[in-house]
Amino acid sequence: MPKTLLTVATRKGAFIFESEDRRDWKMRGPFCEGWPVYHAIYDATTGEIYAAAASEWHGSAVWRSKDLGETWEHSSEGLAYGDGDGRKISKVSTLARAGDRLLVGVEAPGIFESRDNGETWSLLSTLSGQHGSEAWDDPANQPPGHLGISGFVTEPDDSDAFFAIVQGIGAFETEDGGSSWTPRNSGLRRDWPSDWEDVGFCVHKLVRSADPQRMYQQNHVGVHRSDDAGQSWTEITEGLPGDFGFAAAAHPHDRDTFYVAPVDGLHDRTMHEGKLTVWRTRDAGSSWQPMRTGLPQENAYLGVLRQGMTSDRHDQPGVYFGTSTGQVFASADEGESWTEVASYLPAISSVDVAILD
Amino acid sequence: MADVRLPGTLTPLFPGLPRRVEVEAATVLAAIDSLETKWPGLRDRIVEEGPAIRRHLHVYVDGERAGLDTPVEERSRLDVIAAISGG
Repeated sequence: MPKTLLTVATRKGAFIFESEDRRDWKMRGPFCEGWPVYHAIYDATTGEIYAAAASEWHGSAVWRSKDLGETWEHSSEGLAYGDGDGRKISKVSTLARAGDRLLVGVEAPGIFESRDNGETWSLLSTLSGQHGSEAWDDPANQPPGHLGISGFVTEPDDSDAFFAIVQGIGAFETEDGGSSWTPRNSGLRRDWPSDWEDVGFCVHKLVRSADPQRMYQQNHVGVHRSDDAGQSWTEITEGLPGDFGFAAAAHPHDRDTFYVAPVDGLHDRTMHEGKLTVWRTRDAGSSWQPMRTGLPQENAYLGVLRQGMTSDRHDQPGVYFGTSTGQVFASADEGESWTEVASYLPAISSVDVAILD
Repeated sequence: MADVRLPGTLTPLFPGLPRRVEVEAATVLAAIDSLETKWPGLRDRIVEEGPAIRRHLHVYVDGERAGLDTPVEERSRLDVIAAISGG
């Protein structure tokens, strides 16, 4: 079996786990000088690891390792709105590879790109002109917790077509490399007023399934499915313990299989009844099954964040997630059973997986 | 030459950057820009959009709280201090 690599971002640096069999794991780290890392990915295009990090003292940068974490460098060259703009980058939130672009989403909301694998950056888009953008572009109008670009859905070999999520606003799609955008929120539920029909939705996590037409999302209010590549959405929450959650992952080979990790949507945002549970559907959301074997089922008041769960591409896929209390769990059998890979890491922001051939 | 003292959080980010550096500069910003020429990227770690000194860093010139445009004398001591924060 080829080596499986987990890249884990935490509040105190990045960590790397490697395994030959997805059961015994060897950890390395912490990396990135203990900076809070919000998203870290292995990029199959270059074989490099990238980490979006923001130090309270020294600001935001994207860290890069060309040798699977042995050595690291960092850059924020061009990663700024400019001295006269008024907006500031308080955080780099999320990363994705899209063809020859390396994308990073930031707070206040904006997308920067690098065409030289993270050495230099330039502003690609702030989605200006979209409904709601006047509000999210106003530096005085950032709510507590900030607004930012919280996620992308990309195709590794397509530079121009990708989705971006604006926190609390919704998902947008571009087909021309960020020159123009279309809201993709039709059919989503929201339990609050909005000035516009097409934006004002709180998309937490958007994923594409094995079938490009089939997408899923975990939303602030519900889990939703699209069968037309995001153009319209149908809610599939029924059968889950609640409608709120952050993390979600799709099966790499079966369009109907999808995973979520719902948490209580009120103030605590921890697992329902203190039972750590991943929920899986095998029928595109018509029914849900709790995946609990090997996971703590009492007093587990923890959460999983939006980039905190993922799946690998083995024939029998593995599923992985990291918690707000620093555990990493892995399943080598599509979620049927779980093992605890790490127990005492800092709070985990993201878990990414890659198979190294 | 001004005597620049840098915080311990900064030096691991730039190979070869010592805690104490001597620079020829007329202002705090010029001193930082001087360091930038030798350690590219260092300016971003001290200065944010504005430009302004990052919120959790303080700069002192000869013991007095300074801004980016504060003059630096030939024999000044310039301290860059990381705020006590975190947890």
